[in-house]
Amino acid sequence: MLKLAQRTTRRLRGAHLAIPLLALLVAFFAIPVLELMRRSFLDADGALTMQSYADFLGTPAYRTILFRTFFVAVICTVVCVLFAYPYAYLMTLAGPRVRRVLLVLVLLPFWTSLMVRTYAWLVLLQDTGPIKAALEAIGLGQVHLIRNTAGVVIGMAQILLPFMVLPLYNNLQKIERSDLLAAQSLGATPLRAFWRAYFPQSLPGLFAGGVLVFILALGFYITPVILGSPQNSMMSQLIVRQVTERLDWAGGGAMAVVLTVLTLVFVGLMSRVVNVQQAFGGTGDRK
Amino acid sequence: MTVAVDTDLALKLRGVSKQYPGTDAAAVSGVDLDIRRGEFVTFLGPSGSGKTTTLNMIAGFISPTGGQILLDGKDIADLPPHRRNLGMVFQNYALFPHMSVWDNVAFPLVERKYPKEQIRERVRAALEMVNLTGFEKRRPRELSGGQQQRVALTRALVFDPPILLMDEPLSALDKKLRQRLQLEIKRVHREVGITFLFVTHDQEEAMALSDRVVVFDHGRIEQVGTPDELYRRPATRFVAEFLGDSNLIDGRLVTSDGTVALEAPEGRIPLAGPPAPSDGEHCVMFRPEDVRVTSGEDDAAAWKGTVREVVYLGSERRVIVTTETGRDVTARTSGETTGVPRVGDAVGLRFSASNAWLIPTTG
Ligand SMILES: Nc1ncnc2c1ncn2[C@@H]1O[C@H](COP(=O)(O)OP(=O)(O)OP(=O)(O)O)[C@@H](O)[C@H]1O
Ligand SMILES: [Mg+2]
Repeated sequence: MLKLAQRTTRRLRGAHLAIPLLALLVAFFAIPVLELMRRSFLDADGALTMQSYADFLGTPAYRTILFRTFFVAVICTVVCVLFAYPYAYLMTLAGPRVRRVLLVLVLLPFWTSLMVRTYAWLVLLQDTGPIKAALEAIGLGQVHLIRNTAGVVIGMAQILLPFMVLPLYNNLQKIERSDLLAAQSLGATPLRAFWRAYFPQSLPGLFAGGVLVFILALGFYITPVILGSPQNSMMSQLIVRQVTERLDWAGGGAMAVVLTVLTLVFVGLMSRVVNVQQAFGGTGDRK
Repeated sequence: MTVAVDTDLALKLRGVSKQYPGTDAAAVSGVDLDIRRGEFVTFLGPSGSGKTTTLNMIAGFISPTGGQILLDGKDIADLPPHRRNLGMVFQNYALFPHMSVWDNVAFPLVERKYPKEQIRERVRAALEMVNLTGFEKRRPRELSGGQQQRVALTRALVFDPPILLMDEPLSALDKKLRQRLQLEIKRVHREVGITFLFVTHDQEEAMALSDRVVVFDHGRIEQVGTPDELYRRPATRFVAEFLGDSNLIDGRLVTSDGTVALEAPEGRIPLAGPPAPSDGEHCVMFRPEDVRVTSGEDDAAAWKGTVREVVYLGSERRVIVTTETGRDVTARTSGETTGVPRVGDAVGLRFSASNAWLIPTTG
């Protein structure tokens, strides 16, 4: 008991250093969010009601948008993992010089604004753009990469890639390479060695990066607006439309609350599933 | 001399060499070595002498740029590490941090697709052998260094490999624990009876553990022999200096009236033999225990000198005597209190003629 108390006080020492940031967060984040939540439960006369939630979840078109938003976020996360894992792995193998170059290449997108990058994708992906021309040249000319979900995923995944690479690299770089050799000396093929001795150790990084990308993807606005179309809009666009065009703060708030709650549930479930150190490492019959 | 029949050999290295890409000197060159079944062989050498490189070529992590490695008489050049069936203990143990002790030890059996029942039985027995029963569910980081070491050893042995390779497995531990684990490794070696190939740069460890020691320097084998052979009859100056304290005295060997003596600036040291291959410049080694410190008035002393330092070692003392020409000679005396020389004393030095060893080459 005493020990716990001591540890807590030790942890809290210096907590006052966080006060400025906390004050900022309360004033400009917590209060507006809580206010939005409060409004989502009120009708036009200020009476308590769940009508906004019923309207939102009861409208099939809205449900489709909600579903699409999660779908796009999942696809973006998967695409990011597929590109980031080999990249981060390569970074751990590279010498210090090459590693620095690789790191700068990851961070490069942060040096230009989101808007500029998205318009750059617009130029690349549009029907008169170079990518379409290249695809036509190899006989895949019918593919449209703009004004649809494919375009949105491409743009978002590229923009979100650093958020996957950095936590993952941070994790991979701590894994001992000798574990791979040890696994092979113990009879595992290189692939099995990777799968059983290395990959499970990278799950925390994968999870951290995955959650980051996933949550950011759920709230993306500019990229879907520019690369997508109103026919396949996402939640952020819907919420903006609700608030700015229909001036329906309660409806927008309800949508935001549902999105947030679902996000938390989703992330909670993922953390359950990903806590599988046992599942990956185990023979299943420890005593 | 007995010539080992090939079937007695667990491992045979023939002219094995390795030059890493982008380097101009070979890390290992022309290593020839025969290792018999059940032997405990240690690679000993200073840092960068090629011990790890040689071991990794045997394990299959590095491919040689020259020569042959024969396991049970078969060239294993094309065999990847996971098919060589050799146990290996890494310097940092390389225990899988995300697996329990049990799963770590079961790993090689699972990869070999042993039946579940058999895995359970083997892992249990193996952990019992190293006194780790009760630690099955712990993660490696929840174990002490010595316990981790034992898990690594168990994991490398549980699938009955014909050879166990160990790269400086004790170097991360403190001296007391090292000595305890040395005994344990020796015991395990006796119990499992397979060939152990051990790497260290600690000569005491090599002497304590091994049937035979292979001394490496600059990627080459300097000498192979039992600890006693290496200590008593080093083939090169390097081996003499690397293993234990030694006094290496260069001088002229002269034979007169049938007796041999070494002529050095400080005086003549009579030798009992072996007869020199030829008179002339040679290097003769005396171990500290073969040098006796006498009083300054000892007329029969070969050399005279002044005590520079006396180091107390418990059961004995190491006395360093500086001769007139400024050469340091190390002697070891028993711990008796009477007649112990003190720093600054003028003393005589006698050399045990029968234990003198003529270094065959001047390498
Ligand atoms: N991957 C590598 N690339 C280039 N040179 C290397 C590589 N690994 C080792 N070397 C060089 O090869 C030589 C032998 O190295 P090795 O690791 O075999 O020495 P060692 O005897 O095990 O030394 P230590 O006692 O320090 O572990 C050294 O000069 C080392 O610098
Ligand atoms: Mg080494």
